[in-house]
Amino acid sequence: MKVSLQDHVLVPKHEILKESEVEELLKLLGVSKEQLPKIKAMDPIVKEIGAKPGDIVKITRKSHTAEFSVFYRLVVE
Amino acid sequence: MFPKKISAIKFEVLSPQEVRRMSVTKLVTPETYDDDGFPVEGGLMDTRLGVIDPGLKCKTCGGKAGECSGHFGHIELAAPVIHVGYAKIIARLLTGTCRECGRILLKDERRDKFIREIERLKSLGQSYEEVLKEVFRLTKAVKKCPHCGAEQLEIKFEKPTSFFEVIDPEVKEEEKLTPKDVRERLEKIPNEDLLAFGLDPKAVRPEWLVLTVLPVPPVTVRPSIILETGQRSEDDLTHKLVDIIRINQRFIENREAGAPQQILEDLWELLQYHVTTYLDNEVSGIPPARHRSGRPLKTLAQRLKGKDGRFRGSLSGKRVNFSARTVISPDPCISISEVGVPEEIARELTVPIFVTPNNIEIAKQIILRGEHPKASYVVRADGKKIRIIDTNKEELAEKLEPGWIVERELTDGDIVLFNRQPSLHRMSIMAHYVRVLPYKTFRLNPAVCPPYNADFDGDEMNLHVPQSLEAQAEAKMLMAVQEHILSPRFGGPIIGGIHDHVTGLYLLTRGNKEFSKEEALEFLRSVDVSEIPAKDKYTGKEIFSLILPKISIKFKAEVCQGCEVCKEENCENDAYVVVENGQLLKGTIDEKAVGAFKGIIIDEIMRKFGAMATKKFIDDMTKLAIGVISRLGFTIGIDDEDIPREAAQQIEETIAEAEKRVEELIKAYREGNLEPMPGRSIEETLELRIMQELGRARDRAGKIAGRYLGMDNSAVIMAVSGARGSMLNLTQMAACIGQQSVRGERLTRGYAYTHRTTSHFKPHDLGAKARGFVRNSYKSGLSPIEFFFHAAGGREGLVDTAVRTSQSGYLQRRMINALQDLKVEYDGTVREQTSGVIVQFKYGEDGVDPRKSFRGKAVDVKRIIKEVLGEVKE
Repeated sequence: MKVSLQDHVLVPKHEILKESEVEELLKLLGVSKEQLPKIKAMDPIVKEIGAKPGDIVKITRKSHTAEFSVFYRLVVE
Repeated sequence: MFPKKISAIKFEVLSPQEVRRMSVTKLVTPETYDDDGFPVEGGLMDTRLGVIDPGLKCKTCGGKAGECSGHFGHIELAAPVIHVGYAKIIARLLTGTCRECGRILLKDERRDKFIREIERLKSLGQSYEEVLKEVFRLTKAVKKCPHCGAEQLEIKFEKPTSFFEVIDPEVKEEEKLTPKDVRERLEKIPNEDLLAFGLDPKAVRPEWLVLTVLPVPPVTVRPSIILETGQRSEDDLTHKLVDIIRINQRFIENREAGAPQQILEDLWELLQYHVTTYLDNEVSGIPPARHRSGRPLKTLAQRLKGKDGRFRGSLSGKRVNFSARTVISPDPCISISEVGVPEEIARELTVPIFVTPNNIEIAKQIILRGEHPKASYVVRADGKKIRIIDTNKEELAEKLEPGWIVERELTDGDIVLFNRQPSLHRMSIMAHYVRVLPYKTFRLNPAVCPPYNADFDGDEMNLHVPQSLEAQAEAKMLMAVQEHILSPRFGGPIIGGIHDHVTGLYLLTRGNKEFSKEEALEFLRSVDVSEIPAKDKYTGKEIFSLILPKISIKFKAEVCQGCEVCKEENCENDAYVVVENGQLLKGTIDEKAVGAFKGIIIDEIMRKFGAMATKKFIDDMTKLAIGVISRLGFTIGIDDEDIPREAAQQIEETIAEAEKRVEELIKAYREGNLEPMPGRSIEETLELRIMQELGRARDRAGKIAGRYLGMDNSAVIMAVSGARGSMLNLTQMAACIGQQSVRGERLTRGYAYTHRTTSHFKPHDLGAKARGFVRNSYKSGLSPIEFFFHAAGGREGLVDTAVRTSQSGYLQRRMINALQDLKVEYDGTVREQTSGVIVQFKYGEDGVDPRKSFRGKAVDVKRIIKEVLGEVKE
């Protein structure tokens, strides 16, 4: 039986950002990729969604203060 | 001109050559001064190292004291010694390399893998300490060198500076490695292998970690002081260096004289000890070097370490000018945005006036003034400072021209920063306007006590005078008291009525009391109200409405009893506050309305009319309240807690009944009839039931007492209005103190194994009395045994506060250090200032400034709905 980590209540939604979206995001924030928070490529959730080092993962979490909060992380080795 | 920008700082280890190169002389004599009091050549106070005595000139650069910053010298150590600070690295190197060929005890491929890992972590700016530990762990286990095949022996590192080689682990045969042996081994390590130990071969050669020459800091680093007796007292560092030189010379002499090996070894040990303590005098394992008086010497590491060290004491925190400190005391007559400054302090502190064509006449007058807000100095355009005295003031006023600066004494209306430690939040430093007052204390309006967490039991506060126009403008705009009425901690007011303010307004607005015109005028005597309607009688609510801005709001007051169905406007208790268009129609004004932390009315005014209007309201409100309470009078005495005989009787019965029930519970427990509560043992059940029973008894006793005390009792008024104290405090004073506890349990501990708290009870007595139930009140007085239990419970509270403050203080320090470089940018992201690394994509995930929030929430939804429905006028 294959279990998806994303099905777990405590695991927020992770998605790989498309190339165009990455550009848009970096332009909006005015930063280089390295200035984003990082996530390890060996992280189980990163493995599951198949992100490779250099990709940017968009994480949508539930938040106490806002309904949802969006976070971006750069996948690193 | 742009200052030069530092792009990086790199630390390297001094090589012996480097030490000799930067040294101006070799030091050989332990003497410092000769009989005539002149520095000895080749001694530690050699004038080539720089000078500290005024008349002398530096032999190296010719500079006088103050001009010459000093030059290093050096000591040639007769024998190498281990540098304590590097002992751990040396241990790793010795363990990790071959004793024969000096190569790392790893195959080249493994070594390169580790080197790459270290490089990777370095480039990410992360710690590679873990990798170094792994290298150490692996190399320690190697028995045979992979390069030359030599057998490896275990290296034992004995703190702080000794190394041994274990020749035979079975019989514990060990051989000491002298610093000389260690140095020879380190010399053999090739540069390529160093990277795997985290060392950069360009910055350090491992043999440099063993000292052969010792740099001697210039005299300016260790100045001697001259005591009143005329005696010289040398710096601790000088003392230590004298020791080193003395032993060093003795070692040389002995060696040349061909002394036995044992003596030389002892001297070598001694030299190692002195060098070790010179570097760090708090190394564990060796006794600290002491001054003749028995005080441990403050050597190099001690100068840097800790709270008063170079970093925390001299660089992160410094002493400042233009500041004052004294005891604080209350003054309800000044505004919350003012601070009363003693005349004595106002005379001492100055504010610069930058002379321009526009203010030159005013500046001249200030120079010519003879009394208080006069000028004490002028600074000429060329930067020269001249003190103004009676004899030169005419001349200076004449010479005054734009570009000069006149330093004027502090006076009314100046802006100053006022601070009380601990400065835990931004409201701990606020800008106040100066009010010069007689006497010797700083005066502040009691309404600003909560943000500073100040009281007047002897607290002292600091005052700083901003010296530039920019700083003054910033203080006025950003740091002014009224800008901090709302706290960023919970999005509500932190400045508001306290104690008597609350009581006063409660007395004024409770019910439909009427006051005569004379009374009303007296209440409003110091309040800034210019018009009152012409009437013979005024209700308290009408008087309060005079100071209220045009707001409309409804809420439940602190006196609300929490009825099941709220009757709202028809509340019999006058606890439902209705304000319409600035008129208080119904309800009592109490802590909930105007108190610091709660203050719904303050909150509302702040949101609708802004900081200045709120400041005015708080000023008026506090003055009105003080006016009322002064006129009506309000006292509390011991007989306020008197209760009638029948009440005491009832309380007695209630407690007796509870004690009886406790006995029954214990009986049931002993007979095994007690039903355990879910998830609890029988013992726990018993304890809980007893606690419950006794707690209930005390509450009931309190209710009875409260009933007999009545609503016009001063203590009751303070408790229900929220001014001070609680009904529980009253209960304990008038009726029954109740159960004492330690760690949330009834008192159970006593002399070991006796199973009783004190010897007045039988062992295993579980009754109320035997386990710390105090049936008396503070007023009736405690029995000796009760007193003992009460002290036991009270002690816990004291210990808790002591522990909590120290722990939370350290936590705060760590938080500040970790977060100090983070900033919320204009786009709402939180970034690290130097690297621009993003920490949060939206501050607090919702991007809300808590100070502009509604009690922590982004918007006051209820209010918006009401406004849309037209229930509240905007």
